[in-house]
Amino acid sequence: MIASALFFYLFSGVAIASSLMVISSRNPVHSVLFLILTFVNAAGLFIMAGAEFLGLLLIVVYVGAVAVLFLFVVMMLDVDFAELRQGYLQYLPIGLFVGIVLLVELLAVVGSWVVAPAVENTTSQPIPDVAETRNIEALGNILYTDYIFFFQIAGIILLVAMIGAIVLTLHHKPNVRRQNINEQVARDPKTAIRNVKIRSGEGL
Amino acid sequence: METLFSYLWPAIVIFGQSLLLLVGLLLFTAYILYADRKIFAAVQMRRGPNVVGPWGLLQSFADLLKFVLKEPIIPSSSSKAVFILAPLVSAVLALAAWAVIPINEGWAIANLNLGILFVFAISSLEVYGIIMGGWASNSKYAFLASLRSAAQMVSYEVSIGFVIITVLLCVGSLNLTDIVLSQQHGLGTEQLGLPSSFLDWHWLPLFPMFIVFFISAIAETNRPPFDLPEAESELVAGHMVEYSSTLFLLFFLGEFVAILLMCALTTLLFLGGWLPPVDVWFLNWVPGVFWFFLKVLLVFFFMAMVRAVVPRYRYDQLMRLGWKVFLPLSLFMVFATAFVIQYTGWGLG
Repeated sequence: MIASALFFYLFSGVAIASSLMVISSRNPVHSVLFLILTFVNAAGLFIMAGAEFLGLLLIVVYVGAVAVLFLFVVMMLDVDFAELRQGYLQYLPIGLFVGIVLLVELLAVVGSWVVAPAVENTTSQPIPDVAETRNIEALGNILYTDYIFFFQIAGIILLVAMIGAIVLTLHHKPNVRRQNINEQVARDPKTAIRNVKIRSGEGL
Repeated sequence: METLFSYLWPAIVIFGQSLLLLVGLLLFTAYILYADRKIFAAVQMRRGPNVVGPWGLLQSFADLLKFVLKEPIIPSSSSKAVFILAPLVSAVLALAAWAVIPINEGWAIANLNLGILFVFAISSLEVYGIIMGGWASNSKYAFLASLRSAAQMVSYEVSIGFVIITVLLCVGSLNLTDIVLSQQHGLGTEQLGLPSSFLDWHWLPLFPMFIVFFISAIAETNRPPFDLPEAESELVAGHMVEYSSTLFLLFFLGEFVAILLMCALTTLLFLGGWLPPVDVWFLNWVPGVFWFFLKVLLVFFFMAMVRAVVPRYRYDQLMRLGWKVFLPLSLFMVFATAFVIQYTGWGLG
């Protein structure tokens, strides 16, 4: 137990420290790198809680793909940091106001939180023993049976978002010569090469 | 005191195992580097490294000494912490994934239930070494290279993921040991008189996926012909331009260990891991480690041959191959494999 407690404090401590660094570091790229560190430590906490699948998926999806693209964009931003910090005091009251409003709202929501009475019925249903069923099997059993409708809806929403992004960014210019790979591969010497006799001094 | 010892002893054992694996892996990497250069030289009818030691066998160690003894140069306009961190990330992550690779039955430091997912997660993190290095160098060449490589690695990870899913559908487990053991039996090879042979391994029933995985592995590790991040004719040496001495060595090491990891993964997923090619007594008597490393070397030999004979891809064609050829193909194969297994029951060992 000592070791697991030690690791818990290590992961959560680093997660909190690096998430503080996300908002306090001056360089946006450093911020994103600290955000990635936070993700990795959150994944560590997931794994410690026995949800290895979720933990690894967090790394594969968020750290391995989403954060890479995020970093990609932030790296290409051309930001003048000195200029950015000039308006710091000017925006401080507004920032503080928004922050306090959010905090109060969150507290109000959490304070009036009541666990729905129906939840007890769902949780008291026999959940397979963790020692017997593997994580991924348990998730699959629930996701593809009870929650298949929500799962499919989530998939369709993502698909629509993807198609929307493609439609918004894709511009077919009519006068651009594009490479046709099939045509190129299908070429053979007979159709591609022809001999031409050139009379001297005339050219083609 | 009792509890302390109950933690101490396993910790010492794990440390010892890790050290053994690390030393073995680094030695193997040194000779893989040598083999790479020798094969490349042989294809071009050169001799390759042949001066240091007999037949140049100590060349990699001489290179190591050279890199370590040189002066590390850190550009003054670079982001220093990230600059130093990048090669460390690249090397440490490449080595960390080996913790779950079983090189013989039961010979894995951590026999995780989700072993293959762990390897996939680690290899999806490897892109950070390159991005951080490219950005922190504060050089246009390095930055362009890291942008290219980020896009390339993320693209090919998608098809690698789908290939892994097809294999998992056939196995029914994410444990790497289970994946190898499931290749022992299955495809009716008894009728051919070759029970538990190389015909049972996944490379045959999943042949298209085997090819897709091999090519994606080359692209994922930035090997030629997909070495656009370091295309020396356009980008000098890619994300490593500004690196020198030990930091460069770490990048180099990370790259080669990642290549070895991909070879090992190909071996485990498609070539039956440590299983002998034919089930006869004198081949079964040979230790499994030997078969494992022989197969890894075979896969690496093909990677080296590809490097030697295939010209470099153009960047847009690389992306086309990843997104327009491999992605639909692997997606279709996931569908087809699931269909076959569901409706015929064939393939579930």
